[in-house]
Amino acid sequence: MSNHWLDQLLITPILLPLLSAALLVFINQRRHQLKFTINLLSCLALLVNAGALVYLTDTGHWPRDIGVYLAANWATPFGIALMADRLAAMMLLLSAVIALAALLYAYARWSRTGVHFHSLFQFLLMGINGAFLTGDLFNLFVFFEIMLAASYGLVLHGFNAARVRAGMQYIVINLVSSFFFLIGVALIYAAAGTLNMADLATRLTGLNATDRLLLETGAAILAVAFLTKSAVWPLGFWLPTTYSAASPPVAAMLVLMTKVGVYILLRLWLLVFADHAGVASALGGNALLTIGVVTIAFGSIGLLASQELGRMAGYSAIISSGTLLAAIGYGQPNVISAALFYLLSSTLAVAALVMLIELIERIRKPSAAMLALTMEAFAIGDAPEQDDSAGVPIPAAMAFLGLAFFACALIIAGLPPLSGFIAKFSLFHAMLNPYGLSAVTADVGTLAAWLLMALIIVSGLAAVISLMRYGVRTFWATESTPPRLQLTEAGAVAGLLFLCVVATVQAGPLRSYLDRVSIGLHHPADYTQRVLSTPTVPGVVNPEGSE
Amino acid sequence: MEIVIAIAIGVLFGSGVWLVLRPRTFQVITGLLLLSYAVNLFIFIMGRLSINLPPLTLEKGPIDPALYADPVPQALVLTAIVIGFATTALYLVVLLASRGMTGTDHVEGREPEL
Repeated sequence: MSNHWLDQLLITPILLPLLSAALLVFINQRRHQLKFTINLLSCLALLVNAGALVYLTDTGHWPRDIGVYLAANWATPFGIALMADRLAAMMLLLSAVIALAALLYAYARWSRTGVHFHSLFQFLLMGINGAFLTGDLFNLFVFFEIMLAASYGLVLHGFNAARVRAGMQYIVINLVSSFFFLIGVALIYAAAGTLNMADLATRLTGLNATDRLLLETGAAILAVAFLTKSAVWPLGFWLPTTYSAASPPVAAMLVLMTKVGVYILLRLWLLVFADHAGVASALGGNALLTIGVVTIAFGSIGLLASQELGRMAGYSAIISSGTLLAAIGYGQPNVISAALFYLLSSTLAVAALVMLIELIERIRKPSAAMLALTMEAFAIGDAPEQDDSAGVPIPAAMAFLGLAFFACALIIAGLPPLSGFIAKFSLFHAMLNPYGLSAVTADVGTLAAWLLMALIIVSGLAAVISLMRYGVRTFWATESTPPRLQLTEAGAVAGLLFLCVVATVQAGPLRSYLDRVSIGLHHPADYTQRVLSTPTVPGVVNPEGSE
Repeated sequence: MEIVIAIAIGVLFGSGVWLVLRPRTFQVITGLLLLSYAVNLFIFIMGRLSINLPPLTLEKGPIDPALYADPVPQALVLTAIVIGFATTALYLVVLLASRGMTGTDHVEGREPEL
């Protein structure tokens, strides 16, 4: 432990949003320029921080490339440990990128349609970052609740009847799933006597049969909570309604939140329930695969049936969750690595799509009657005029919208030349050669793999059909005046799509990085040893009784 | 004692589930409250039931764990109570807002057509 200053980078993604959110609460809503600046600075700092963590976890700065931060300097199994490996760092970077885009998008209108948008936004980031970094199950619950509480506020942001109705259902479902989370955590504690994930993984082998059964029950109940968050088939009916009701920047953040559930499943299952070969998880691997397959089918049917773009984006997110879960259930390192590529590409594309929706809707109805209502409800004095100085309207708006929509559709459907195609192609490649190309096995993939591939292709077809139907109807079949787009709004969408293009061009280096991520995940022993062997920092005041 | 607590939690949880599935928001929030009581009790007893045992020790040196109650579930349940309370209060606000905006207390925001 040479340089403790760099270890602080693990706690700043949690502390920074907390402090800026607290600061933002006290600034009057009229000073939205100042609030926006603080929020933007915080997001930029988070981006730099996440970039630094990605760099540090990939260059051997920390032993085994995992950074560990002991909160309040308590020794590991007793205190809460924060940890960052390559996966956590990558997810932090993704969340910072999407947050930045959502914030830029919100600048022109949405951040001013109600109070405390910026504080809630920062609290949401704090919860998401905390969930990525924590190494303790109960602490994970706390960060989940912070994230959810902020998201309740944000879903209701820009208060109207549709949002209140969707928000009410969203809150009930998440409250109930939080109860499941607690029951699962309590059962795991009762069985294993620990909530530290690394400690849990090491204690698992020493458990007797009764405790083991209790622990697996707890894990299954816990999984229900995460699966609800990632909106898989029987638990995901809330998602399309919530997505289409929420304001666009908030919907983009919700897209990210579904990936938090996937992230936790990936981490916990490979860490705790992987067998000793470190490959497919013995418990629930097949269940995850089945749920994933059914979810893809459900999402495709929903996608074909929806007429509204908001619901289409929701079902695309469900398909994306399903594909990821099926890949996690499949479990081989190179399948996971391909799935991570898919995660990056689909998250960016769906986030871009939900923000694009509102811009496209302006072709049809340029008014903002709803805006006036909330202004009145919250008694906000300086209503932003429709075309004030918040950015410059961009020329060629129709061309931009058409191209951006086309790019989103290509990525979501997985057609060449953009990153969606590369993601799906490498996923198929990995499923057909689960042990790598060099392995001399003559098998041509299992039945499950073929079924999954067929479904993924069908889901792509469903996306093509429904998105193109919408696109033709909107861009070609209506005579419309070009809408006014603000530079910040178009810039946010363009930025996300640009990152997808970068992922396409730089697919080779990105894939080799993701291979390293996946291999790290498949060596849980590294993780447990690293976390459990981290010494407390000497020379500072130690808690009473811990030497 | 275990069986009494187990039945109590089961009754609370069962009533909570039934109420959450009802169509009126007031029933739903009552159900959520019952569920949260059940879950909090459940976490609490996961540290095993014991009578007259302190959760903390002030003594130095090695101690006998059998003489003390497990403090961790007690700390967990405290956190869970606070968080559950806050989120339920938030739901109450949304419930009132929905009642005010839609004029009905049905969870769908409109009365079902009979």
